[in-house]
This record gives sequence, C-alpha cells and structure tokens, in this order.
Amino acid sequence: MTTDAPPPVEPAYAAPARLWRALDRHRPPGVDAVDRAWRSPVRGPWLTSVLGAVLLATLPLVIVTGLLDWIAYGPRFDQAFPRDVGWLHPPVFDWPTRPAWLFRVTQGLHVTLGIVLVPVVLAKLWSVVPKLFAWPPARSVAQVLERLSLLLLVGGILFQSATGLLNVQYTYLFGFDFYTAHWYGAWIFTVALVVHVAVKLPRLVTALRGPGFARTPLARTRPEPADPDGLVARRPGPATMSRRGVLALAGGGALLLAALTVGQGVDALRGTALLLPRGRRIGDGPTGFPVNRTAAAAGVTPDRTGSGWRLTVRAGDRTETLDRDRLLALPQHTATLPIACVEGWSTSQTWTGVRLRDLAALVGAAEPATARVRSLERGGLFSRATLHGGQVSDPDALLALRVNGVDLSPDHGFPARIIVPALPGVHCTKWVEGIEFDG
Amino acid sequence: MAELRRAYGAAWWHLALLVGCFAVTGWIALRLAGEPTAGRMLLWFVGAVVAHDLVLFPAYATLDRLLRRAGPAVRNHVRVPALGSGLLLLVYLPGVLGLGDGTYSAATGLTPEPLLRRWLAVSAVLFAASALLYAVRRLRHRGR
Repeated sequence: MTTDAPPPVEPAYAAPARLWRALDRHRPPGVDAVDRAWRSPVRGPWLTSVLGAVLLATLPLVIVTGLLDWIAYGPRFDQAFPRDVGWLHPPVFDWPTRPAWLFRVTQGLHVTLGIVLVPVVLAKLWSVVPKLFAWPPARSVAQVLERLSLLLLVGGILFQSATGLLNVQYTYLFGFDFYTAHWYGAWIFTVALVVHVAVKLPRLVTALRGPGFARTPLARTRPEPADPDGLVARRPGPATMSRRGVLALAGGGALLLAALTVGQGVDALRGTALLLPRGRRIGDGPTGFPVNRTAAAAGVTPDRTGSGWRLTVRAGDRTETLDRDRLLALPQHTATLPIACVEGWSTSQTWTGVRLRDLAALVGAAEPATARVRSLERGGLFSRATLHGGQVSDPDALLALRVNGVDLSPDHGFPARIIVPALPGVHCTKWVEGIEFDG
Repeated sequence: MAELRRAYGAAWWHLALLVGCFAVTGWIALRLAGEPTAGRMLLWFVGAVVAHDLVLFPAYATLDRLLRRAGPAVRNHVRVPALGSGLLLLVYLPGVLGLGDGTYSAATGLTPEPLLRRWLAVSAVLFAASALLYAVRRLRHRGR
C-alpha cells in the first residue's frame, strides 16, 4: 500500500548556486537509501506543528521559572550561581516572602515540567529527524546558518534535560559545575529557540489552520501532501498508528512521568515518586522528612552542637551570646512552612522557634537591612547566607529550634536553623552559630 | 533587499536573528573557554546531540522495525508499554541503576539503592495492562 512518490519540489539555489548545485549532484552513498527508508505516513507539518505548539506554550514556563530560581538565590548578595554573569543579567528584585509557597511552586514547576516534557521533546525530534539526513544539507547560506542554529537548539534542550535530570538525582557524571553549565546552556537554548520560533511560526500557524487530523482514526490516516520542509516521507508505508495516537502516546508518557514525579513535592504523595531520591523519607516520626545535606556530610559533630554551643547575635557593636535554653526562654512562634529545594522537591513542616526580628531587637536592630547567617559547617557553598530586610522582618521568619513538636534532629539543623517563607532551602541555614544584622 | 534575499536565500531579518543568536553563543563560548571544564561542557553539548540522533533514534527505530514482523494487531500493544518502560529508564536512569556516589548520600542521608526492581515492576504493570487490553479486544472482536 505504498503511495506514489509526490512530485519533487523544484529546488531553488541561492548564491553561490554552483556550489549548492554541485553539492546536490554529488550525493554520498546511502543518502538515497535513507531518503527512501522513512516510512511513517504521519510525519508532516501538522504533527510537528502540534508538538511544536505544545512546547511553545510550556517551555517558556520552564525558562522563566529557571530564571526566577536564580533570582530567588539573591544575586544582590552575590549568592546566585553562577555569580558573575556579565551582561546576561536579568533584572533582579528582592525575592518576596509571600506567598510562602512561592519558591516551592516556581522550582517545583521548573523541575517537574522539565521532566514531564521529555517525551514531548523526543516526539518532536522524532517528527523532524528525516531532515537531519536530507541531501543536500543546504541550498543557501541562510539554510547553513539555520541548521547551525538547530544544532544549538537541539543540543541546548538535550544538554539542559540531561544536566537537569542528573542534578535532581545527585549523579554528577558530567564533571563540570552544574550551575554554570545549566545557566549558560539555558541561554544558548533560549536564544536558539527565539530564532526557531521566529522563523517557523508562520509554518506552524499555516499547518494548524489547515485541515486538522485530531479526529482522523487509523483507518483513514494518510500522509499529508509533500511539504517544502521535506517532513513528509517520499515513500510512506501503511499507517500503524494515527496522528492522534502518536499525540496520545507522547501525552501518556508525559502523564506517566508526572505521576512518578509530583510526589517529590507533595507530602501526601511522596511514596509515588517511586524512582526519585526524594520519594523516600529518611525515617519514621516527626523528623523523618527528607534532608538536604546531612550533619555528617557538613562535618557538624555532636560535640559542637552539645551544651557548649552558643549563638552569637550581633548588630554594630552590640553582641549577645545565647545558649539553647535562653533561646527557648524567649517568646516562641510556630509556623507551618515549606522547605523547597533547587532539585524540585519540597516538604511542608511545622516549625517552632524565635522570630528573627525578635533576635534583631535583642541587639537593638529594629529594622535591619540584611542578616548574615553563619553555620557551624565549614566550607561548602551554603555555610553562609545573607537575608534581605523583608526576609528578616516577616512574622514567620524564624530561627527554628523545634519541628513538629520535637527538637530538631542533627540532620535537620540541631541546635538551631533558619526557616523563612519562600526562601530557597539551601539558604535556610542549618546548625546556625552566628547572625549579624546590618543597617 | 531583493538582491540580498536572492543571494542569501532568506529575508534580511533572518540573517539578523541568526547573527544575534551566534553572537550570544559566541560570547558564552568565549566566557566559558577559560573554565578548566570547558572541554567537557562542549563534549556533553555535542555528545547529547550525537547520542540522541545517531544512537537513541536509530536504536529505537531499529527495534520498531523488528516489531513489524509481529503483525499490526499486536504491534502497538508491544510498542506502547515498551516506549513507556524505555522512557522511565531514560529519565530515571541514575536511580534505576543506583548511581549517585557520595553526593547522593551527603545530600539525602540515604544510601543509593538500585531501584531496578521498581522499574521492572512498573514496566511489568505496563506490559500486563497492554496485554490485558489486547485480550479484551480480541474477545470482543470474536464476540461480534
């Protein structure tokens, strides 16, 4: 049931025409065989455009939430990674503390959507893969440049997906700095995406305005007429799956991944993240929720957090040194707040401790502009963190001493840790030994 | 303008966009060139394309061709669960194989345990569901 080959589209060569014509004539062995081997009758402008439209609607969300994540880290205090980004510096603002779930949602969306879109990206690549092997590879300088930009586009999305997936699974096989690579990879991808959309949007609109195939069953699935981009197979075989079947397959893959991923950010569904590290609790009881960085890994030993531990609070030349009993004797405040990590996982717990603004008042800092928090941890990117004034003065911003009605466990930051609404988890410093208020 | 279009093969804004795209990429490349791991980044960037276009795609396309022998009725009942299972393996590969060395333990307080069994179990469910659906369809077909 092979349909007849459609009439070849008349090739047009730009300058230097002789070069492109010669290239066209000198066909390397195998290219014709490959050209004849594409069999799927569903490849064509319509399917590619539907998949493209889905990605056009969703990828910007992944890009924007990624940028927001960088801003949430606090570039003003030089604590967003990578630090020095030159002129690729998005407009920054002080990350708000409300709504308290803000970072949980932006970062959860970034990671979850990034994972869920994998099958859609793969389907999109499948729909256009014949073009990779088409001969001649170009008939103009414009096409050469466009194909080079496609290398950046495809390389970009695959690089971002691969580094992101490895990062959320703590598998640093790549051996370079994740932040740097994922940041610049995002820019390369985004710029190539803008070019691709600008060039291809008219094609997408035309294809989606034309006859649709969303309701065409398998029995009536036929190839589209030959298109100028060469997506439609020259010698298609019989259909084995309708176009809506292919879309359902990609969508089903996305749903499957969503079902196995959302649990890392929803406490009630945690166990459903079957194949992710954050689907596991670290134990039973009130402190069994997931940990980011253990006390052992941070080099924080029991002898440093025992009765000899003191918290130093300073503003200007006023210093107070407090032990844990004195902290517990101060007015205690309880708040249920999420702790959300850059790897997309999050958990909501009930924290009790001293308000940061009460600690500031203790050393006479009524409205501090910043708080510099220091951990017992030595080294590491996150042994120190700076909070801005809004993060200090929020009524739910705490130096937590207890969680879910019990003392913090060593892995959750005993004797004291920071917890601030909407603050990225890594800045909720654990094992705090000093807080310095400025301004 | 018409001259440019003829010689270049597209409109002027096409050229402007692509020059802009390569300018940004070039600037990033220059900026990263000083990093000691710049070579690895480039390798992973290009390697990702090669791995997808010249390894993953030919591999699954070849497997799909082998399925052609299975006949059209069975084909999609194998294809769909196989793609689902393969997708899970691709996305959760580090977890399935229990990779993740010391960083994993330092971050989570857990030892990476291979989740191979879980992946196999989910895959088995997918194949079983597909087989069940196939059986139901066959029975209905026969009933008519």
